[in-house]
Amino acid sequence: MRESPSAVAGPAPDFTDAWSHLLRSGPGLALPPQTLRRVAATTADLLRRALGDRTCDTALAEQAGTLLVEAHFTDPEILAAAVALLQIQPAGPERVPAVAGAFASGWAAALRERTLREQEAIQRAAFRAREDAERARNASEARFRALFEHAAIGIGIADVDGTIVQFNQALRELLGARPEDLWGRRVTELVHPEDAPGVWEAYEDLVRGRRERFQCDKPYYRRDGEVVWTHLTVSLIRDEHGEPRYQVAMVEDITDRYRLQERLRHQATHDPLTGLPNRTAFFERLEGLFEQPPPDARFGLCYVDLDGFKVVNDSLGHETGDQLLTAVAERLDAALAPLGHLVARLGGDEFVVLLEECRGDQEAVAVAKLVLTTLARPFLVGDQQLTIGASVGVLAQRIAATTPGAAVRAADLTLYRSKEAGRGRWTLFDPTHNARAVSRYAISVRLPVALDRGEFFVDYQPLCSLADGSLVAVEALVRWRHPEFGVLGPDEFVGTAEETGLIMPLGRWILERAVGQAAAWVRRYGEAAPQINVNLAVRQIRNPGLVHDVTSILDSTGLEPGRLELEITESAVIGPEDESLRALQAIADAGVSLAVDDFGTGWSNLAYLRDLPVSGLKIAGAFVTDPHRAGTDDPVGWRIVGGLVSLAHALGLTVTAEGVENSQHARRLRSLGCDWGQGWYFGRPMRPERIARWIERGRPD
Amino acid sequence: MRRPEWVPAGTDVETPNAARVYDYYLGGSHNFEADRDMARQAMALWPDLPVIMRANRAFLRRAVQHLAALGITRFLDIGSGIPTFGAVHEVARAVHPRARVVYVDMDPIAVAHSRLMLQDDPLSAMVMADMTDTGDLLSRPEVTDLLAPGEPVGVLLVAMLHFVTDAEDPRKIVGALRDAVPPGSHLVLTHASRESRPRQADSLAELYARRTTTPLVMRTRTDVAAFFDGWELLPPGLVWLSEWRPEDPESVGPHPEQMSGLAGVGRRP
Ligand SMILES: C[S@@+](CC[C@H](N)C(=O)[O-])C[C@H]1O[C@@H](n2cnc3c(N)ncnc32)[C@H](O)[C@@H]1O
Repeated sequence: MRESPSAVAGPAPDFTDAWSHLLRSGPGLALPPQTLRRVAATTADLLRRALGDRTCDTALAEQAGTLLVEAHFTDPEILAAAVALLQIQPAGPERVPAVAGAFASGWAAALRERTLREQEAIQRAAFRAREDAERARNASEARFRALFEHAAIGIGIADVDGTIVQFNQALRELLGARPEDLWGRRVTELVHPEDAPGVWEAYEDLVRGRRERFQCDKPYYRRDGEVVWTHLTVSLIRDEHGEPRYQVAMVEDITDRYRLQERLRHQATHDPLTGLPNRTAFFERLEGLFEQPPPDARFGLCYVDLDGFKVVNDSLGHETGDQLLTAVAERLDAALAPLGHLVARLGGDEFVVLLEECRGDQEAVAVAKLVLTTLARPFLVGDQQLTIGASVGVLAQRIAATTPGAAVRAADLTLYRSKEAGRGRWTLFDPTHNARAVSRYAISVRLPVALDRGEFFVDYQPLCSLADGSLVAVEALVRWRHPEFGVLGPDEFVGTAEETGLIMPLGRWILERAVGQAAAWVRRYGEAAPQINVNLAVRQIRNPGLVHDVTSILDSTGLEPGRLELEITESAVIGPEDESLRALQAIADAGVSLAVDDFGTGWSNLAYLRDLPVSGLKIAGAFVTDPHRAGTDDPVGWRIVGGLVSLAHALGLTVTAEGVENSQHARRLRSLGCDWGQGWYFGRPMRPERIARWIERGRPD
Repeated sequence: MRRPEWVPAGTDVETPNAARVYDYYLGGSHNFEADRDMARQAMALWPDLPVIMRANRAFLRRAVQHLAALGITRFLDIGSGIPTFGAVHEVARAVHPRARVVYVDMDPIAVAHSRLMLQDDPLSAMVMADMTDTGDLLSRPEVTDLLAPGEPVGVLLVAMLHFVTDAEDPRKIVGALRDAVPPGSHLVLTHASRESRPRQADSLAELYARRTTTPLVMRTRTDVAAFFDGWELLPPGLVWLSEWRPEDPESVGPHPEQMSGLAGVGRRP
């Protein structure tokens, strides 16, 4: 663009410089210098031409205004400054205002366009953003709906008045309900007579906002009348002001687990042969009486022992013996249950009758006589007529005057005297006799000195892998070489030791002895040495010194903690709040493993297994061997074992079956996935030397 | 400020928004009445704001040009805002026509707008993410794609980190970004500071806190320098906006501290 030097009227010679300067100062800052230079040059040229043009083409000035806006000179200050600069150009009185006006109108029109364009763009963006958010929200709602609707667990939502407002398919199926059965129903209508005490109080607290959630096991009626057992978790949902709004219930069907537990409980409290309540159940009932007795309440016991049962068993065989026991049980129960008395089998040929209410000696004696007459008639077993007599020890006492243990011992002792006096009779408890009783209870007298005199020793019973029969662990079992009675097993004195407190030093002694032996094996055989299992008595677990004992014994013998497993019974831990849980946790933290022993004989609360720091489970022998039915297959028993194995595996526990007596058992257990076995099939408790030989040769003698 | 994405937060035009207020300072019309109202209030407190913002924008341009000249062709622009003139991909492509840019912002309207602008551009992408959740940001496919070849990238945190509060631990965030990018990558950063104009800076911070959802945190030079831990500052170091490699000495002006923003570029060794 050349400028015409001959022009009379037009821009001042320094116009281009002044114009560039003006643009550079303001918004031009943000532009790249080349761009800025180009824009300045182009617009200056347009304006120069407009000012100098004879035809007065103001369109050129308009164009300059437009270009400036396009180059982002949108600030009104730039317009003011530009117009001021144009106005001082010596281009004639009509030309200058026309050019300035055209420039301003070009700039303003372009700015207007630009503003509208940008406004439209941002509006569109806002709209799009809202649409996107809406779509994302719908998608997430759809995802949530799908999650809710297809969740495997039942979910229900109710408001705080208890009206059900939402539920998923799993919940409908669980309750066997149609949608119309649930819509608008009240949560409080879902009561069941077996609801745990406190559930509905917890519910009240929740809907009032006094607690955030609760959990419980709860039965529901299905629409078809069946009962479904559930594990229920209810949580409170509050609104943004913190006010309770909804309750959400997550309902998990645990009917199978519950049934299994019930069956275990039945098994645990019933004698498999006769179906009568067993020793555990009897003691539970008896102890129940002592819980809150009215001041003068009395009770009675008849301790029954068959006369000459051993002869029947030995001469006619176990089979006949079992049938006879079953018949005796039936007859006793038929005669006494209608009177409101409990008949239980304590083991072998011993039965007991519990009179929960008893006016005095006479009533108890009457029951004893009834027992004798009931059993007097001959029994038809197979095709033989068998006559069997019985002896009865009778006791009636004020509940407040005794304890369950003392009462049973006294009744047992009375029975013993009755037998001594001649068979087929009853004998009433006599306190003076009781006092100087010479019986197996003499054990308790001798026990304290036995430890000092070195009368105890430890045998070891093998635990073998069911997969390949290899020796994996041994259980330490204490024995007492009693000067009068010969060698006694733990069953015969550990109970007494627990009662007298002697279990504390004795337990420590066993642990030292067994851990010492295990360490010796490890030193000698290295990896081939078996794990050592030692039983812990309830009282030991409650002893605060236990953790220290265990760790110091491990330290002094040098046995790796992982090679020691302590066996505890289910009753050792009462519940999740129990003190002993902490001791067990500390032991587990030290690296020692814990196993639940004799599982299935006690309370069998599967839920607690989850809370205990245990790594092993030993299934009570009763499930595997029913000694009275050896050889027969008990599908219920096996099914229970199968259930226990899968449950235990789900909890990551190693399962040992006790009482494995023959190869069929072993095979069966292996097929059920059981890990280890223990029992006569693998080996009875034996001297440590034999275990050593086993380790050396890799097989038993 | 993390929100589940299904809450249409930030799509209301009644609350002023940092990106659109900034657009207004720059003379744009990508804004709503609430934004303009807030911007006018801010400018009444501190009339230099438009100049400062232009200086910020100019720095952004110079820094991207410089990185492109060093051979960087991949950029991660975090807190990119409303795209106005001089967007990163335009500047970079003047040097490398196939430069790739991933823009990141958490404001849904800025994101939607950028997407509309970029829809025909296969080499740029727009990600909606909150950068304080670095784990989330770095796991976005667009971002992992950008980093995948292991080539150095330019990470831009321009006029952005002052919207991250101390509670959100911006040093840790920048550290995580540093650890995620290959050696030879660069960090481009500007940050508001109260050092030159403490009074205005305080009232401005108060205004953002009161009216927007992104409070403004003014930081000292020491604080800002600490963001370059583990990066080597390129000359001239951490300086006022207009002092960073000016193209024309005149554009620095007699009072660069007026710009009230600190700028720097660091290289990851
Ligand atoms: C002032 S703008 C800066 C725009 C552009 N970087 C520039 O300097 O020209 C700041 C942007 O950062 C965004 N922002 C703020 N906090 C953010 C975060 N935590 N994550 C992502 N973006 C954020 C805002 O939405 C806004 O768009």
